[in-house]
Amino acid sequence: MATRTKAPTTTELVQAAISGRKTDVVGTLVALGLLVTIFVSLGVLVTLLADMLIKGWSVFAERGLDFVTSPLSPDPAKAGLSQGIFGSVMLMVFVVVVAFPLGVGAAIYLEEYAHDTRLTRFIVANMRNLAGVPSIVYGLLGFTVFVQLLSGVTNGRTLVSGGLTLAVLVLPIMMITASEALRAVPEALRQASFGVGATKWETIRHQILPVALPAILTGSVLTVARAFGESAPLLLAGAVLSNFFSAPAGTGFATLVTEADYTALPIVVFNWARQPQKEFIAITAAGIVVLLVMLLLINGAAIYIRDRTSRK
Amino acid sequence: MSEPMNRLVTTPAAVGDSASNVASAAEPSAVFSVTDLNVFYGDFHAVKDVGVDVKEHEITAFIGPSGCGKSTVLRCFNRMNDLIETARVEGSVRYHGVDLYGNDVDPVQVRRHIGMVFQKPNPFPKSIYDNIAFGPRIAGFKGNMDDLVESSLDRAALWDEVKDILNQSAFALSGGQQQRLCIARAIATSPDVLLMDEPASALDPIATLRIEELMHELKSDYTIIIVTHNMQQAARVSDRTAFFNVSLNEKGQRTGHLVEFDETGTIFTNPAETATEDYITGRFG
Repeated sequence: MATRTKAPTTTELVQAAISGRKTDVVGTLVALGLLVTIFVSLGVLVTLLADMLIKGWSVFAERGLDFVTSPLSPDPAKAGLSQGIFGSVMLMVFVVVVAFPLGVGAAIYLEEYAHDTRLTRFIVANMRNLAGVPSIVYGLLGFTVFVQLLSGVTNGRTLVSGGLTLAVLVLPIMMITASEALRAVPEALRQASFGVGATKWETIRHQILPVALPAILTGSVLTVARAFGESAPLLLAGAVLSNFFSAPAGTGFATLVTEADYTALPIVVFNWARQPQKEFIAITAAGIVVLLVMLLLINGAAIYIRDRTSRK
Repeated sequence: MSEPMNRLVTTPAAVGDSASNVASAAEPSAVFSVTDLNVFYGDFHAVKDVGVDVKEHEITAFIGPSGCGKSTVLRCFNRMNDLIETARVEGSVRYHGVDLYGNDVDPVQVRRHIGMVFQKPNPFPKSIYDNIAFGPRIAGFKGNMDDLVESSLDRAALWDEVKDILNQSAFALSGGQQQRLCIARAIATSPDVLLMDEPASALDPIATLRIEELMHELKSDYTIIIVTHNMQQAARVSDRTAFFNVSLNEKGQRTGHLVEFDETGTIFTNPAETATEDYITGRFG
């Protein structure tokens, strides 16, 4: 070989071929842009929270637990959330007791038993539509059906009416959540179960439901959280929007639920927000903080349930 | 209605005794006798005019290219096709002389006598113990469950590997172990027949070999039908082989049909049909 310049070795050729700038300009810009979107969303949330905490802090500092345990009052220095919290918690009990079994039952039927006919698909499509109906429409339904038509059962503007209204509101969402959880169970599991001679119900009870349960429970808790924050339908379904109402001292629990006036946390906050006096600004903010904390607790419960049930 | 059937086939041995009274001693009697079997999924004609006799304590292999309907036919034997809403079965599938599609036949009872192992291992998301115990439990098993779990796992050649971890999730096992667990699960309800739908196709060669050895051992107690893509597997394990093929029907649909059914040795060395020879020599499929 009489070449003047030495021919490049394989190592040198490969070195040249796989060397590069190592910077992906477009990719970096996209990543930065995406990061900005996170900061914008988080920023809105943090600003809201900070604003509420700053405005409402004086209430917690001065009154402490008294703010949570006091009843409504026209005097902002005395008004508290106890009736709102009681109402909201009882409404959630109604939602869980009524909408959970109905929604999960309907989902099991549709996913496991119903034949795939046009009627089934029509029903499922409409359940999805119902889940998107504005909540105020459910409020109208609650007013005409539960407050007026069924007043013999619900005693008119009571927690029963409000609870049933919210239960109907979340029923389609509950059903869709449960349907999706059931649909996510692998077909191979059903085949395995039928293959060893299980009946349909044995398959559902022992194989499908245990697998779908974490997702069903998590979805249901989140659905309940949604109902917890609703105010519009309750305004129509008879929740009291007032600075003051009370049942006579010593009214029994059953009477409070089935006969007495009621309100809910978001309604109380809404009512305070529309009061003209400046002093109401602070307790409105404090009320919102309590509402958000309770929502966080419900969502936390969803995460806890999911971890607990899926680990088994 | 399920009671007499239960008594008839409580143990494989009992079936053998009653059947040997009828059939001649030399020829094993037919567990399944299929004639003019046609399967449709909606308008789709999946399998056309299949007729096979499956003999007792033999391994019968179904081979053929994809879409030839071999799995579809297999799923007629334990009425698994019932789970597909649009499926329709015509013709006759007789199990020890009883029409499996007769009016008073309960598919749930059928599946307790005719176990199935699927292509991909599909253990229940439960403990190893509960995987085995589920079938017997729902069938109302009254005996000692611990013994049954042990003997089932033992026969599936899995006991030594799992005896100390019975309460662990079945998903902790390797793919091959999971498939043997599925075989143990199928055995636990003391069936008479085992249907295997490509049981080793998702496994590595060593796990495959173990499954094949297991099939040889199980043959003495069970009648086995295996669907396989692997011709060598069919040649290694089976006594009789059915070759299925696909053809276009008048509507342009790919319909499966049975080409040839004979002793495995004959199918692989001296097939009657050219299509069979082309397939096993690898000229198509």
